[in-house]
Amino acid sequence: MGELLVLIDHAEGQPRKLSLQMLTAANQVASQTGDTVSAVWLGEGASGAADVLGRHGATKLYAWDSPDALGYVTLPQVEALQQVMETSGAEILFFASTNLIKDVAARLAIRVDGGVITDATGVEVADGRIVATKEIFGGELITKCTFADGRKQIVGISNNAFAAEETGGGAAEVVNLDVSLSEAATAAKVTNVEKQVTSDRPDIAEAAVVVAGGRGLGDEQGFELMEQLADVLGAGVGASRAATDAGWYPHRYQIGQTGRTVSPMLYIGSGISGAIQHRAGMQTSQNIIAINKDGEAPIFSIADFGIVGDLYTVVPKLIEELQARKG
Amino acid sequence: MKVIVPVKRVPDTAGEKNIDPNDKTVDRDGIESVLCPINEFSIEEAVRLKESQGAEVKVLLMGPESAQPIVRKALSYGLDSAVQITDDAVAGSDAIGTAKAIAAALKNEEFDLVIFGNQATDARTCVVPAAVAEILGLPSLTYARHLEVDGDKVVVHREHEEGYDVVESTLPAIVSVVEAINEPRYPSFKGIMAAKSKPLDVKSAADIGLDTSEVGMANANAVITEFEHRPPKEAGTIVEDDGSGATAAQLADWMQSKKFV
Repeated sequence: MGELLVLIDHAEGQPRKLSLQMLTAANQVASQTGDTVSAVWLGEGASGAADVLGRHGATKLYAWDSPDALGYVTLPQVEALQQVMETSGAEILFFASTNLIKDVAARLAIRVDGGVITDATGVEVADGRIVATKEIFGGELITKCTFADGRKQIVGISNNAFAAEETGGGAAEVVNLDVSLSEAATAAKVTNVEKQVTSDRPDIAEAAVVVAGGRGLGDEQGFELMEQLADVLGAGVGASRAATDAGWYPHRYQIGQTGRTVSPMLYIGSGISGAIQHRAGMQTSQNIIAINKDGEAPIFSIADFGIVGDLYTVVPKLIEELQARKG
Repeated sequence: MKVIVPVKRVPDTAGEKNIDPNDKTVDRDGIESVLCPINEFSIEEAVRLKESQGAEVKVLLMGPESAQPIVRKALSYGLDSAVQITDDAVAGSDAIGTAKAIAAALKNEEFDLVIFGNQATDARTCVVPAAVAEILGLPSLTYARHLEVDGDKVVVHREHEEGYDVVESTLPAIVSVVEAINEPRYPSFKGIMAAKSKPLDVKSAADIGLDTSEVGMANANAVITEFEHRPPKEAGTIVEDDGSGATAAQLADWMQSKKFV
């Protein structure tokens, strides 16, 4: 019986939703492998999270409560994780499939002779090994992936693939890490962090509902309407490439084959024709609503509910209707 | 200054895709392959360094002989030369195996900067650039939405879910770019013609000193065991608005029935 590690992704001292979802996934796996689940927190504010992580099934919390963890590029996190994997003997590590953490996983895999599977939407255990579900080619093919015998198993979990559940456990036991960094680890430093989130809207990758706007909005002001709709639904706001290329909305909200992948419970696309490149980033959404003037737009072929009409007429009415029904 | 741009051949997003049921790799028979769209941005950034700093720019591709048109396409944007790693031993490599092969190829090259795309549009794993950097013992400044080279220093704005981090390191370094970084140009007719005769060095695993017991499908750390096509969606409800916005109420009803309201 060993330990299954979960690298906690956190912001402002709080674990992100995905971290709690990962703990639930880890507990499902651990019940089959006979492991216990340990969380790893790199960066400041670890001890404040022992309670919530424990409630979601972490028995232990390896904590490196140091500004160095995030003050340099990638390597300090890699070296801390390598240390935890080696001392705990853990064979499996779960991580959040986000931009910067994928780099941590990649470098760690080289160091510990592991395999990496990113963006897993499901995990099972067969022959003592993780079998992950992963969609490729923009969701067109659904694959099962596993690891070669004897390799460390480093698995990136997608947002919303699991529902976070409390296990009734008490606070996780905090084990403080003492990490001495190599010279290489401090060679590339972070000189500034620019937060550009200006609202309390959820990020599109995490949100249960995503409202997206495209070329059909016609201008930048169209996104104010999208934001109004999003705020009625507690949704995140995304954009098609045409809209981000036009400078109407920031690039990091771009959904598509060269942007981000979203897989919410509900996706509402307005003024988006649904070119294959956009569909590759959203077609795995559970429910798809399309509002577009052009009845021939390809997005209607994957829409669960489509309105052929002027979004500037339909969306304001929809906002009114939704507000009225919410009472 | 020397810059290397690794590029990838991927199936066209608009085309049909299949996995060979026997070896679980991408079945390239009868499908259209293209230069990965993200590489247009990494190539553009390299061409800009050529223009602004007189950088010498080389393209690097790992793939079979049939991938040569992709190398020529990359050259047509104005890059100087190319190296293609072609060896049956690397076929079916996973992301880590791919990184090992690319790193081995880079060990044979002189460079100050390697510019990857942040992902390839097929499996979108995103792990290759950082894994290559790890093998070579170099910094990985990935997801660049802005890149500046100043002497022996590189400054990158790394895009993430909440904004960006400004990071810096000395060269040599490995970077990857997101498409927000620039507006790629189209290859000129002159560029396309010139690409046909630019130097292309085809090398085997042995040529680059790659240990073939570390790469290829048989040595992959992670493997695909099963695949299926996403089941086709059933047709949904499509309504036409008469210009009054009355369909909004129908949509709200539908959303309510699905408990989104």
